[in-house]
Amino acid sequence: MSDTIYREIIIDHYKNPRNFGKIKNPDFKSEVSNPLCGDKIKMFINIEDDKIRDMKFMGCGCVISIATASILTEKLKAMKASEILRMSNDDALSMLEIKLSPNRQKCALLGFWAIKKAISGSHGVKK
Amino acid sequence: MLNADQVKKDFPVLRNNKSLVYLDSTATALKPYRVIKKIDEYYKKYSANVFRGIYRISEKATKEFEDTRSIVSKFINAEHEEIIFTRNTTESLNLIAYSLGREVVGNGDNIVTSVMEHHSNFVPWQMLCFENGASLKVLDINENGLLQADRKVLNKVITRKTKIFALTCASNVLGTINPVKSIISDVRRINPNTIIVLDCAQYIPHSKIDVKEIGADFIAFSSHKMLGPTGVGVLWGKKSILEHMMPFQFGGEMIEQVSLQKTTFAKPPFKFEAGTPHIAGVIGLKEAVLYLQDVGFDKIKKHEEKIVKYFFKRIQEEFGNDVKVVGPKNSELRSPIFSFTFLNFHPHDIAQILDEENIAVRAGHHCAMPLHQRLSLIATTRASFYIYNTIEDVESLIQGLKRVKKVLR
Ligand SMILES: Cc1ncc(COP(=O)(O)O)c(C=O)c1O
Repeated sequence: MSDTIYREIIIDHYKNPRNFGKIKNPDFKSEVSNPLCGDKIKMFINIEDDKIRDMKFMGCGCVISIATASILTEKLKAMKASEILRMSNDDALSMLEIKLSPNRQKCALLGFWAIKKAISGSHGVKK
Repeated sequence: MLNADQVKKDFPVLRNNKSLVYLDSTATALKPYRVIKKIDEYYKKYSANVFRGIYRISEKATKEFEDTRSIVSKFINAEHEEIIFTRNTTESLNLIAYSLGREVVGNGDNIVTSVMEHHSNFVPWQMLCFENGASLKVLDINENGLLQADRKVLNKVITRKTKIFALTCASNVLGTINPVKSIISDVRRINPNTIIVLDCAQYIPHSKIDVKEIGADFIAFSSHKMLGPTGVGVLWGKKSILEHMMPFQFGGEMIEQVSLQKTTFAKPPFKFEAGTPHIAGVIGLKEAVLYLQDVGFDKIKKHEEKIVKYFFKRIQEEFGNDVKVVGPKNSELRSPIFSFTFLNFHPHDIAQILDEENIAVRAGHHCAMPLHQRLSLIATTRASFYIYNTIEDVESLIQGLKRVKKVLR
């Protein structure tokens, strides 16, 4: 067996996703999906003065999309909204520390795109 | 009996990737050395353009090219001029939709197809209907993945206004082989004027076809799914229809005479082959056909039935109802193309974990979204087998799926 991307930590984030759930009346929310495989992530975020106060997500999808959404919410919660908006896809991927083929990078970025979509004023829905 | 271990040795990809278990021949088949050598030969020995050269290597290239047309025409029992080289099945089907479809399908007419079609035998007809104000009627399947097209159904669906009937011979997801001959004779009885188009992309790699016997007007298939090079497709059409059809594309090779005022077109098949073709690819296809004939379709059929039986037996033994395979179970009604779900595991994860074991399968909707909607599935994992796959390959898949369960459970 070659090295697996399904390491214990990934499976753990898949089975017990952190920050999983809904925020009632969130400041920002978004939904992104991949119609090819049906994966879907909904993101809920509260922001106060550029600081992330809370971030939660819901969704269904493959191990990679759920686990990476879980990992990223953990990491990005500690950042400023403006910092997150400046992050590139590559920044997010390197934060994840898993080697993915181009086809699977889309899965891994689903959560990241949901976060960005929510907090970018132009796309996110400010309640 | 076909000796798949021996056959494997003819495929350099399998020699160069020692532990690869290739289970995606439905997407594209591997190429035997003989085909690769032929392509190489063209580029090294007579890589000239075809038809117009008054010199030896061009004449040699032209001869090889036209020999391929002969071999393909004999292979399906057609006439030499009825074989049109295209890029792939998709282009063959679009050629009909554009050159003929847009002439004959009008407002209020209908086209009949099925829910198990690959997008390439669905979207061209759907678009044609949109553009010309016709309606698209879609034959359904039953719970076993078999087409619902008995006489009662056809009597309702086929009308005076049915201009085109387009059906796949074999499904790339369900594996189902449709009884096209009897369906065609039923359609003809109801409306003798309906143009009948068969998508043979998934049929021709596994079975012999005789266009005189089957009774269609057109059949389409791809070289790359039958061990030949990519970039080459075949459209067979009845000469009497081809002669009256408009060309598909205009330009070089397809004309008879061009003046400032007007252009007259060459005869079929050249009328439909505008521009320089994929010469090396076409010549390579000849070797693929010869290779398949050398192996023999009777042997291929028997080998594949063995695989189907063994697959279902082992899947049932190891996974019971955890693995659900779509399509019929009966090895006579299907090809060794298995699309399945496995508990609630995501097809992407299944395919990825199998890839970690060097087992190549496909995950997704396999270009058959209407079918997946019909099955209430978003995606499936598909393992497909061909002449170079062995019983051991089935076993590798079973072991791979066991690991999938261990990782994801
Ligand atoms: C049943 C069927 N029809 C048509 C096609 C399209 O073939 P191509 O991509 O070579 O045009 C495929 C390819 O997967 C197929 O499986």
